[in-house]
Amino acid sequence: MKVLVPIKRVIDANVKVRVKADESGVELTNVKMAMNPFCEIAVEEAVRLKEAGTASEVIVVSAGIAQSQETLRTGLAMGADRAILIQTDVPLEPLAVAKLLKAVADKEEPGLLLLGKQAIDGDNNQTAQMISALLGWSQATFASKVAIDGDKLNVTREVDGGLENINLNMPAVVSVDLRLNEPRYASLPNIMKAKKKPLESLTPEDLGVDVTPRVETVKVCEPPARKAGVKVASVAELVDKLKNEAKVI
Amino acid sequence: MTLGNLDERREAITEIRSAVAALCAGYGEDYWRRLDADKGYPTEFVTEMTEAGFLTALIPEGYGGSGLGLFEACAILEEISRRGAHAGACHAQMYVMGSVLRHGSDEQKQAYLPKIARGELRLQSFGVTEPTTGTDTTSLKTMARRDGDVYRINGQKVWISRVEHSDLMVLLARTTPREDCKKKTEGLSAFIVDLRHAKGNGLTIQPIDAMINHHACELFFDDLQVPAENLLGEEGKGFRVILDGMNAERILIASECIGDARYFLDKATAYAREREVFGRPIGANQGIQFPLAKCYAEMEAAALMVERAALLFDAKVSCGAEANMAKMLAAEASWKAGDAAMQTHGGFAFSREYNIERKFRETRLYQIAPISTNLILSYIAEHVLELPRSF
Repeated sequence: MKVLVPIKRVIDANVKVRVKADESGVELTNVKMAMNPFCEIAVEEAVRLKEAGTASEVIVVSAGIAQSQETLRTGLAMGADRAILIQTDVPLEPLAVAKLLKAVADKEEPGLLLLGKQAIDGDNNQTAQMISALLGWSQATFASKVAIDGDKLNVTREVDGGLENINLNMPAVVSVDLRLNEPRYASLPNIMKAKKKPLESLTPEDLGVDVTPRVETVKVCEPPARKAGVKVASVAELVDKLKNEAKVI
Repeated sequence: MTLGNLDERREAITEIRSAVAALCAGYGEDYWRRLDADKGYPTEFVTEMTEAGFLTALIPEGYGGSGLGLFEACAILEEISRRGAHAGACHAQMYVMGSVLRHGSDEQKQAYLPKIARGELRLQSFGVTEPTTGTDTTSLKTMARRDGDVYRINGQKVWISRVEHSDLMVLLARTTPREDCKKKTEGLSAFIVDLRHAKGNGLTIQPIDAMINHHACELFFDDLQVPAENLLGEEGKGFRVILDGMNAERILIASECIGDARYFLDKATAYAREREVFGRPIGANQGIQFPLAKCYAEMEAAALMVERAALLFDAKVSCGAEANMAKMLAAEASWKAGDAAMQTHGGFAFSREYNIERKFRETRLYQIAPISTNLILSYIAEHVLELPRSF
């Protein structure tokens, strides 16, 4: 079984994000980029499936600018077998990414599409669900445990009320949550080997997908600084303030 | 060895740095502080670094290493230091093998290098310095006399680091008395000493209680027998064996200093942004900002010299001056950054919990070891500026 793992290049989780002076977006110049942490978890899980003999091949795929190659190489160094870059300079929206990934999935015919539940830049949490709808495959989001049993998939999901266990038919789309596993770092020999692994480069046109943005970003700004709170002397005063000042009750 | 173009190598070290940082994240500063207090050795850390292939980066692929250059090795040590870890505990595992690689016989290379690459054998001690002869290496007094199939070794060494945590040691001893040699650099020979057999059989090891946790020891040789086949290179030509490794050692240690400087500046700037006095962060004061900005500029300048020296070394171009200057500038940059970090942290710098004082002690060493700043200045004066030899 092939496992397809879409991954995204984002600002490193340890970097303090700054808004550009012209408010057109966030500053990316000279900013350290890295693989989205949730994507790392997805790659780790796929590599573990391969190590366990359940998966036959792990393919990492990314859509974005040319530098996304570096992120793909990281995935290869972690243990993926080959990589696909869908190169475009157009800012991609979740639906465009989902359409691109559907086209790749149609071509590669994986048994499982494993991806992060969201990217830490846009925090959209949409792509996995959209691909599942476009492909017509079963989906399990926010996975904290994945077990393959023949052509069935048992997934434990992290939901608001606790944990939910579901069984799915394959092929399936699974989006992973933080507690699924602890991703490995790449060893030096694997970093070196990754340079020699195949990396295929495609464009949205090659896949016949129109990625023109449908949403226009008007302005990006910092959230307002939090103001200091007030202390109240009694419950009555609190209720009064909530009612008359904050007007929330 | 094909090392690729510089852009590719820069891209590759970004990946290497991230992986080293991720490995180091498993060993927080509490781990290093505890070891420092207990004079412990970071066995788990060194084992993991070795298994992940980072300490065997310089071993050629044919012997099971990654066959990388000094440029990449520098990135590894810099990142270790930057993450608060103590690279001094493991850096020698990277480069001592160089003397076997360059001067060993085929049998010796086959016997040792693959095992070092697999982490089965630790070669991270260099026995050169003696109590009465520091940098004046050719005056060393430890004697090795050939007696049939063995050399019998008598004498004393001091400041030999990690010898209790190494399986092998490269030892430099006199095989011909200095007065019988035409040149003082002749008559010295290098040996591979198997410490596992030597201990208690002519070798006594005495740890030195020192300012930093560098696992340095005194060694006493009382008729230690070393098989004649363990001679490294030719008899009488051992000085060359030691000399050849020195540039690599200086450049690698310079990269550790850059890592230390980055560590200090990471810590100091984070603290300066958060710590509030008189209702505003102390980092808003130029009295705090300017020393840090100056240290940053000096660190970046030193980093350029380290990079230049490493690239020259990898290109097999003579780099004595650059290696020396890189070590001096980087050691000064890390010391100044350490001082600025101390000042920025104020009284808290003295609390061991903040880790600044531990790193401060560690980084001070590099103005003295592996070569003192004065000797570097002498080198530049004599060999670059062509001034008369001063000693």
